[in-house]
Amino acid sequence: MGWLEGFGKEENVITTSLEQAINWARESSMWPMTFGLACCAIEMMATGASRYDMDRFGAGAFRATPRQADLMIVAGTVNFKMASRVRRLYNQMPDPKFVIAMGACTCGGGPYYKYGYNVVKGVDLVVPVDVYVPGCPPRPEALLEGLMRIQDKVRAMKDLTRGQPLEVPIPCRTGYTMLPDELDTHEKANAFVKKTKEQATPAKA
Amino acid sequence: MKAAEIIQVLEEKFADRIRAKKPEAIDPFVVVAPSDLLEVARFLRDDSRLRFDILNCISGVDYLEPDLKKAPKAGFEPHTEVVYHLQSFTHRHRFVLKVILPRWKDDKPGELPEVPSVTSLWRAADWHEREVYDLSGIWFTGHPSLTRILLSEDWVGHPLRKDYEFPLEYHGIRGR
Repeated sequence: MGWLEGFGKEENVITTSLEQAINWARESSMWPMTFGLACCAIEMMATGASRYDMDRFGAGAFRATPRQADLMIVAGTVNFKMASRVRRLYNQMPDPKFVIAMGACTCGGGPYYKYGYNVVKGVDLVVPVDVYVPGCPPRPEALLEGLMRIQDKVRAMKDLTRGQPLEVPIPCRTGYTMLPDELDTHEKANAFVKKTKEQATPAKA
Repeated sequence: MKAAEIIQVLEEKFADRIRAKKPEAIDPFVVVAPSDLLEVARFLRDDSRLRFDILNCISGVDYLEPDLKKAPKAGFEPHTEVVYHLQSFTHRHRFVLKVILPRWKDDKPGELPEVPSVTSLWRAADWHEREVYDLSGIWFTGHPSLTRILLSEDWVGHPLRKDYEFPLEYHGIRGR
């Protein structure tokens, strides 16, 4: 999808609908809230840093206050003591607001599901979650994918003009990854696995 | 000083008030009664041969086999222990002090067992004792402010006890 799809272009004049223009502006400047609770925060920082560079998608401006943010990335274990604070911060964010549940803990308790006496079994018990990013912790690419799902959701917003509730959008980015050359086809992948196994076997003395 | 020598010094001073000893353990220890704890701890800290000037850690241990079938084979009677890990910077030796308590005071469930606080001897004991109280449910008498340190103040129960039941709901949030 091009960055100006849906915009009619003529000589130096761009025509579009107001809704589309606003959605485009909104999705291109999702400001997340600095909200690291545990180890996932390290991965979130990596996503914001230069190697993965979340700023490419307009979401690099981490705000230290909920009042300037429209995206809450809940990165890390939420425990019962923190849950009321999470809810309060969510309530302080201006509409429209979005939540990414990052990591296994926020998706459903993760490793603390059975014996974690103090861990909320999924942050969706506390605040409404838009996108779940599983992983322990998820790689930065996964978080970027989650951000793109949020952007899809923003693009499908119609409540400005029609007052309709948000629909679940059809994802337009597939999330396929580019495989390296040695894993390109099945034969090559099998050969690669065989070769690495041979390398891993200890040499006889 | 070797652990056996430390135990010998303690036995000279306190005789049969040392309830049990184990010099051959990896962390050699002696066991004292809760009523003797402050006196023994003060001696360990102030005696010129021992001089244990730092308290590394306080741990609460709950000995209970919740499974009734396995309980006879568990090898211990139900009880709790408080373990003090001590170290000396001057003499470079370390030692362990243990206090054995009933799981509940006077065997009444809900009444926390009591042990005197050592905050008057080592300031480091303050937060350690709050943590032990929070998670293991042991009441330290004489502590300046014995409140929960990790869990929220209105939490019910002490989670690291073996018979702890997980909360089904906390302030409207489903627990499991």
